[in-house]
Amino acid sequence: MFENYTDSQVYLAIVLAPLIGSIIAGVFNAYISRAVAHTVTIAGVGLSFILALYVFKYFAFDGAEIYNETVYTWLASDGIRFEIGFLVDNLTSMMLVVVSFVSLMVHLYTIGYMTDDPGYKRFFSYISLFTFSMYMLVMSNNFLQLFFGWEAVGLVSYLLIGFYYKKESAIFANMKAFLVNRVGDFGFILGIAGVLMVFNTLDYADVFAAASSHADMTIELIPGEQWSMMTVICILLFIGAMGKSAQVPLHVWLPDSMEGPTPISALIHAATMVTAGIFMVTRMSPLFELSETALTFILVIGATTALFMGFLGIIQNDIKRVVAYSTLSQLGYMTVALGASAYSAAVFHLMTHAFFKALLFLAAGSVIIGMHHIQDIRQMGGLKKYMPITYWTSLLGTLALIGFPGLSGFYSKDSIIEAVHASTIPGSTYAYYAVLAGVFITALYSLRLFFLVFHGEERMDHHTKEHLKESPWVVTVPLVLLAIPSVIIGGLTISSVLYGDYFHNVVFVQHAHDVLGHLKEEFHGPFAMILHGMTQAPFFLMAAGIATAWYLYMKNTELPGKIKSSFRLIYDILDNKYGFDAFNDKVIAGGTRGLGNILSKFGDIMIIDGFVVNGSAKSVAWFSSVIRHVQTGYLYHYAFVMILGLIGLLALVVY
Amino acid sequence: MLTLTHYLILSAIVFSISLAGVFINRKNIIILLMCVELMLLAVNTNFIAFSYYLNDTAGQVFVFFILTVAAAEAAIGLAILVVLFRNKRTINVEDLDTLKG
Amino acid sequence: MFSNLPLLSLVIWTPIVGGMLVLATGSRNGVEAKVLALLVSLATLALSIPLYTQFDVSLASMQFEELLPWISSFHINYHVGVDGISMPLILLTTFMTVIVIIAGWEVITYKVAQYMAAFLILEGLMIGTFAAMDAMLFYVFWEALLIPMFVIIGIWGGPNRVYATIKFFLYTFLGSVFMLVSLLYMYMHAVDVNGVGTFNIQDLHKLPLDLTPQIFIFLSFLLAFAVKVPMWPVHTWLPDAHVEAPTGGSVILAAIMLKLGGYGFLRFSLPITPDASMTLDWLVILLSLIAIVYIGFVALVQADMKKLIAYSSISHMGFVTLGFFLLWKITENTGSASGVVLGLEGGIVQMISHGFISGAMFLSVGVLYDRMHSRMIKDYGGVVNTMPAFATFAVFFAMANAGLPGTSGFVGEFMVIMAAFKANFWYAFLAAITLILGAAYTLWMIKRVVFGPIANEQVENLEDMNGREFFMMLVLAIAVLIVGLYPAPLLEVMHATVDNLVAHISIPKISQ
Repeated sequence: MFENYTDSQVYLAIVLAPLIGSIIAGVFNAYISRAVAHTVTIAGVGLSFILALYVFKYFAFDGAEIYNETVYTWLASDGIRFEIGFLVDNLTSMMLVVVSFVSLMVHLYTIGYMTDDPGYKRFFSYISLFTFSMYMLVMSNNFLQLFFGWEAVGLVSYLLIGFYYKKESAIFANMKAFLVNRVGDFGFILGIAGVLMVFNTLDYADVFAAASSHADMTIELIPGEQWSMMTVICILLFIGAMGKSAQVPLHVWLPDSMEGPTPISALIHAATMVTAGIFMVTRMSPLFELSETALTFILVIGATTALFMGFLGIIQNDIKRVVAYSTLSQLGYMTVALGASAYSAAVFHLMTHAFFKALLFLAAGSVIIGMHHIQDIRQMGGLKKYMPITYWTSLLGTLALIGFPGLSGFYSKDSIIEAVHASTIPGSTYAYYAVLAGVFITALYSLRLFFLVFHGEERMDHHTKEHLKESPWVVTVPLVLLAIPSVIIGGLTISSVLYGDYFHNVVFVQHAHDVLGHLKEEFHGPFAMILHGMTQAPFFLMAAGIATAWYLYMKNTELPGKIKSSFRLIYDILDNKYGFDAFNDKVIAGGTRGLGNILSKFGDIMIIDGFVVNGSAKSVAWFSSVIRHVQTGYLYHYAFVMILGLIGLLALVVY
Repeated sequence: MLTLTHYLILSAIVFSISLAGVFINRKNIIILLMCVELMLLAVNTNFIAFSYYLNDTAGQVFVFFILTVAAAEAAIGLAILVVLFRNKRTINVEDLDTLKG
Repeated sequence: MFSNLPLLSLVIWTPIVGGMLVLATGSRNGVEAKVLALLVSLATLALSIPLYTQFDVSLASMQFEELLPWISSFHINYHVGVDGISMPLILLTTFMTVIVIIAGWEVITYKVAQYMAAFLILEGLMIGTFAAMDAMLFYVFWEALLIPMFVIIGIWGGPNRVYATIKFFLYTFLGSVFMLVSLLYMYMHAVDVNGVGTFNIQDLHKLPLDLTPQIFIFLSFLLAFAVKVPMWPVHTWLPDAHVEAPTGGSVILAAIMLKLGGYGFLRFSLPITPDASMTLDWLVILLSLIAIVYIGFVALVQADMKKLIAYSSISHMGFVTLGFFLLWKITENTGSASGVVLGLEGGIVQMISHGFISGAMFLSVGVLYDRMHSRMIKDYGGVVNTMPAFATFAVFFAMANAGLPGTSGFVGEFMVIMAAFKANFWYAFLAAITLILGAAYTLWMIKRVVFGPIANEQVENLEDMNGREFFMMLVLAIAVLIVGLYPAPLLEVMHATVDNLVAHISIPKISQ
């Protein structure tokens, strides 16, 4: 790639640069100044971003060969080599650019956002470490390293969500996030074990090459029932993705994780951690293609997430939580695309979404700075004139999110909807209507947020209003830089990424599932797609969503309150988030603790310790208490017994 | 004519009396000690009787040893007894039951 | 240069003789005793390093072997040697003893010389147990090491130490007397075959036995080793012993003494009674899975930090026994032996890793206990505010305990889960529950102890770790990271031995 360096050195540099930055900022925390901390971490991420751009060019334009090499052997046992290695191809190079770009923006933005925070240096260390973990995840060439990155991302998100460690809600949220992710990982590691059992290797290339020859393997989970091994493996792996990519019912951690500082929401919940699941399933397409059952499962889960999490966005009043629910809903879209075998569309949406969602989160952060850390949108309004840059960039982000024709979100989301429409997998009809309805919902809650924050009457108190001003340049520059790809990236890349051969040697789709192949025949360039899109249902639904939002929150502002009181039941269900949290809290967490108590009190303390252990000690004591009466303490009794014994023995000898 | 049997019967009677003394006596620990001594005397009688009838003086030599040991034993026993009395204020056998379980 | 030194004997006897010398100092304030003990433990560590560097990984046989007649009338020999299984455990012992000596440096003020001596003698006895190649020698070491541990808990322990020590002693003793009977049976039996009786372990491996005696021998070994590991349901001595033991005692108990049980399975049960192991492998697997899941739940509700970690130890040791006994189920299920070695080696790695992590966890609790004199979770909260360096290590070790990849805790669990899936999906399913439960109990404790606002005045007045404590934590953290990031060298030393073991076990002893 470069003349003086081998490819592997470049890839190592990409991975290690943020790690070194993180170590310097973290380990030498006490010995360095703030400026040093942000300089080294930004230098690290910046370097990896530049290299990632080179790598991207190398693959996308120069058509480089797939790079698949081992860095070192982690361990070898039983003839199986578990290795740490890099697989770099078109998918990886694209992910690298997205991750490093968003991460770099977040690093810059943090300088402004966290400026007063005592944990400034620690924060930089964490986000750089996070970037490193994500690189390890996307660049891995085997399941083991994938799991390593997978868990490392979980660890850093634990640290980041609990960044304000004095806040009870934050340390609850981070534990919850970690544990829910662990539930996913539980499935994931079983899936990996399944892969190892079938293929006896964890290397991607070997596994994928051998995948189709093992398609008919079965496993007997319940005696007498033969299940397809591939279905079991794929569903187990997808459970891992459900944890990381926050799919129902493992989505509960994501809204709570808004307890962390805003920059991490942009990093974790837009561009990196939550996309890990989508990335993983795309990477595993040769496996998932072998199991239609698993695809249906994915489709249904994704569609449910896309629609029902969207509903929740409508009633939230915390600016970050609205964006968080929109993230959940958008992740649902990506998952639906995976289920419909439109892997390219999922990754395409992942990319566009990374940009505009990072933008929206950072913009929300900018608003929060302006509002002096008030996050309730009922206390905002009319911010347009105070924060023009934030306003305009948010507008672009919002339009991209709702799929306004021409912006990047339009291309990716419309492609997903079309793909689901074309799909014939069981469950695709449900998914189609769910994502279609989702378009309306998305427009409604996005514009609701937008109108309530930037337009209408100014509902903040006098003191806050006095200090309202646009955020400093370190905050606004990343917004502008993110707004650019949010607008143009979709139109620029759709022809090659989605309908070209960009993913030809990465994604494997069976002919019967090849929905994008069908769509390709009707695709005549981005402009034609805009024109075509204007005549389709999603466009009208989106317009209806905008109009509804405008009517409810700009025109007739009394109406939402009335709707709320007349549909109390629905509102309560939504307000309780369908009862997931209550259920988890009471039944799962409470049940686990209850079971623990029962096992501890009855099993360990009562039966084993009380009955068996101390019981046998007590029975010995009881026996001695009976037998001790023989011991009178009088010598003459003892002497008498001795004589009797002597006589007895003599008698025995004589006769 | 006194035969060996007569001596043996005498010594057996003496031994039995002392034995009975050990476990019938419940009053005085000194009597207990005396009974033990009596037992040794019964044994000594046996020794001498056999020594005489078998023409083997080794038996009589043993008697001297036993008498010496018995004397020492009685001295130590009495000493223990004195200490015991000092501590317990009694030499009544019935009261000495610290070994009782 | 050192090739003709009796290296292994030196490693065994240096700490024992050193311990006697420490006792002989009889110093009142204990400075001499502490310095001498530290020097002895460092010397032992230094002596044990050639065991690794000069170890020939390609050999499956015993290395550094020494053979001297001991009680010749019973053909009992002083016969020691190491292979790929015992060598890492010996290194773990010498390493952890240094840590423990440092850990007791300022904390122990009562009978310092005796404390230090007890640990040194204990170290020598434990190494002896790992190195013994004669069953009677093994038994002597095995029983003898109960004494220093008994003393450590009984003298420097907590308020309820008498109950704990007696429970500890009786439990372990009960297990091992049956082992003695089995050893004697085999000794008698070996007479018929060889003409002379033998306690040589390698000869016992080859001793042909019918299924019925094998089953009795297996069960007696199982009792002895299950108590030590400990496996459910003979585990209840461990939480009590840990709670009452001083920090150093807990560290040694968790880090090394539990490993004796696991080691015993590899050295005795599997090779001596392979057919009985095959017949009864379901029993061990069942008990292991119960340990992993049941104990995980029990750990969750503990209010005492040391008890919680003790239960977590039991749960983690379940992986060890699970990995050891997957052998036949894997062969039965997949028809090939692939995965067998993975399980066995995973179990061994788990033993080493658990040594580091549980030791570190107990040291962390010790750091807090020395300041607050409480082990109760409810007495803490927001420790991070006053002890940031400590909190960093605490979170790190908690993550290691939860089996995070990149730490040593992951390696063994990963390998065993991989092997368990090959044996039966549900084994892997139950074992993997620890991923959730382990994270739940560890992180919940961390949340209540380390994070949050400052809970009370005592927490507010806490001082962060001093240099000594920082050093111990750092050394352990580095060890955990090295094994987690690059376990290959550790695995390499055991390959030949484990392969040989598997080959030996797979040949039935019963004449068909």
